[in-house]
Amino acid sequence: MVLGNYKSVISARAADAEILKRSQDGGIVTQLFAYALEEGIIDGAIVAGPGEEPWKPEPVVATTRAELLAARGTRYTISPNMMLIKEATRSYGLDKVGIVGTPCQMQAVRKAQLYPMAMRKVPDKIALAIGIFCMENFPYQGLEAIVEDHCNVKMESADKMDIGKGKFSVYTERGAVSQIPLKATHKYEQPGCHVCLDYVANLADVSTGSVGSPDGWSTVFVRTKNGENVWSKAIDAGYFETKDIASVKPGLDLVTKLATDKIDKNKKFVEARATFGVNKGLRNPYI
Amino acid sequence: MANKITVGHVHMSGCTGCLVSLADNYEGLFKIFDDYADLVYCLTLADVRHIPEMDVALVEGSVCLQDETSVREIKETRERAKIVVALGGCAAYGNITRFCRGGQWNQPQHESYVPIGDLIDVDIVIPSCPPGAESIRNVCVMAYLLLQGTDEQKELAAAYLKPLMDLAKRGTEACGCDLMYDVINQGLCMGCGTCAASCPVRAITMEYGRPAIDRDMCIKCGACYAQCPRSFFNFDVINQFEGIMEAIDGAMGKGGE
Repeated sequence: MVLGNYKSVISARAADAEILKRSQDGGIVTQLFAYALEEGIIDGAIVAGPGEEPWKPEPVVATTRAELLAARGTRYTISPNMMLIKEATRSYGLDKVGIVGTPCQMQAVRKAQLYPMAMRKVPDKIALAIGIFCMENFPYQGLEAIVEDHCNVKMESADKMDIGKGKFSVYTERGAVSQIPLKATHKYEQPGCHVCLDYVANLADVSTGSVGSPDGWSTVFVRTKNGENVWSKAIDAGYFETKDIASVKPGLDLVTKLATDKIDKNKKFVEARATFGVNKGLRNPYI
Repeated sequence: MANKITVGHVHMSGCTGCLVSLADNYEGLFKIFDDYADLVYCLTLADVRHIPEMDVALVEGSVCLQDETSVREIKETRERAKIVVALGGCAAYGNITRFCRGGQWNQPQHESYVPIGDLIDVDIVIPSCPPGAESIRNVCVMAYLLLQGTDEQKELAAAYLKPLMDLAKRGTEACGCDLMYDVINQGLCMGCGTCAASCPVRAITMEYGRPAIDRDMCIKCGACYAQCPRSFFNFDVINQFEGIMEAIDGAMGKGGE
C-alpha cells in the first residue's frame, strides 16, 4: 500500500500555456479543475486561494477559471480546505464539489463520506477529489522562519518556493535564488505530519506531484472509477500532454522510495509515541 | 425481503431533529422500511404505546431525571433492545440539555438531564446535532448486515461500527475542548479544517492552522471530535471507501451502472 490503489500512473503537464506560466510543476490540479468546471463535472472547487498575508493561503470555493488561476502554485503551509466542505454544498449550493488537498485532507474527505456524522449533504456531492503528494507541511510562522531567517528573503519578495533534490528553494521577483538544505527545515514541520502514513494521497480520485517526473512535469496517479472517468475524458479532449511514466527519469522508483521512507519513518514515530512517557503513551489515531 | 430487522425510535428529551434527519433520507427511508427494517416503535410515526422487543433502538434525546416515565422508558429500552444506539448529541453527550436549569412552565422541577449512557450501557454512538441523514442510513445498513448478512458482510459491518462502539465506551461527555485535549495536545492535528466544517453552531474557526473554539457557543454535541480524521481512522474500512459507498448505494437502490 505504499503507493495506494491505483488504476494507472502517467507523467503529464497541462496543455494550456496560461496555466503553466504560474503553476508549480505540470499544472495538473488547475488544468483538471478548469476542465471539470467547463464540462460541468464540478460546479466549483475548494482550493487554496490567496490570503491576506503573502504566501498564507485561504481556502476558497472557486467557481470560475479566474479564481482557479489565482490559486495556482504551491504554498508550503496549512490551508484548511476541509473547512469549506459543507459550506460548499450549503451557502454556495454546489451539487458537485471539487476539492484539492494533502493526503491527510483526502483521508478527512473519505471519512466524511463514510462516517458523515456532521457532514449532512456531503457524501454524494464530492465530484472530484484531487490529492497532492506531501512529505510534511509547515505552520505559517515556520515557513516565515525558513524563508526570512534562513533564506534571507522577505515573504513578500518571494516569487516561487520549491522543494526538490534535497533543497528548499526560494526564487525572488528580481531573479535571485536562495537555497537551504531541506534538513534545516525539518524542525519547523508541523508535529501532526509525523504520524501520517500516506505520501501520494492514496484516497484521492486523482493524485499528483512533481516527484518522479522531469522538471515542469508531474506524476499523476488515477485511483478511482470516478477519477479514471474524468481523467480519460480530459486526455481525450486534449487538455494534457502525457509521457509514459516508464520512459521518464527519475520515474516511479523515486516515488516509491520517498513514499517508503516517509511511511517507515512515521510508523516508527507512531510506535514510539506508545511509550513516550513512563508507563504512559500518547494516542494512536489509527486504533 | 425476508429477515428484516426490527427498529424503534425512542424519544427522550430532544427536539425531534434526529428523527427529522432520519426522515431526510427521503425515498431512502422507504427503502429501509421496505427491505431492511420494520419500524416497531416511534411516537411520531407509529401507533405503538409501549416499548416492544426490538433489534435496534435509536434513542433520541437525553433523560430527564425528574421525569419518571423517561427514566422507566430508557431502562425498558435497554432491557428490550439488542443494540442501543445513542442517536445524536443529546442522547450521546447531553448536548444543549446539559445547560438546563429548570424553571420552565409547566414543569419547573425538570432541571437535570443526562445522556442515556449515564443510566444504561450504550452500544453505538452517532454524535452531532443532528447526525447527518446519511450517517443514520449507513448505520442502519451496517446494523442490518451485522445481524442478517453473510460472514463477509458481518465482518465489514463490525469493522465499520467499531469506532462508533468505541465512542460509546469513551464516555458521555464531549465538547470542542476534546479537540485540544485529544488531538492538538496529543500532537496529532494537521489543520485540515474538518472540525470547523462539522460544527453545527459555527463555534470553531481556524487560527494559525488550528481550531479555535468559542466555548460559550459550544453545545457539546460531539460532532467536531468524532468527525476529525485524527480522532479515529480505521484504514481497513476507510481505504475501501469506493467499494463501501457502492455497496451502500446498491443497498439503497441507487447507482448500478
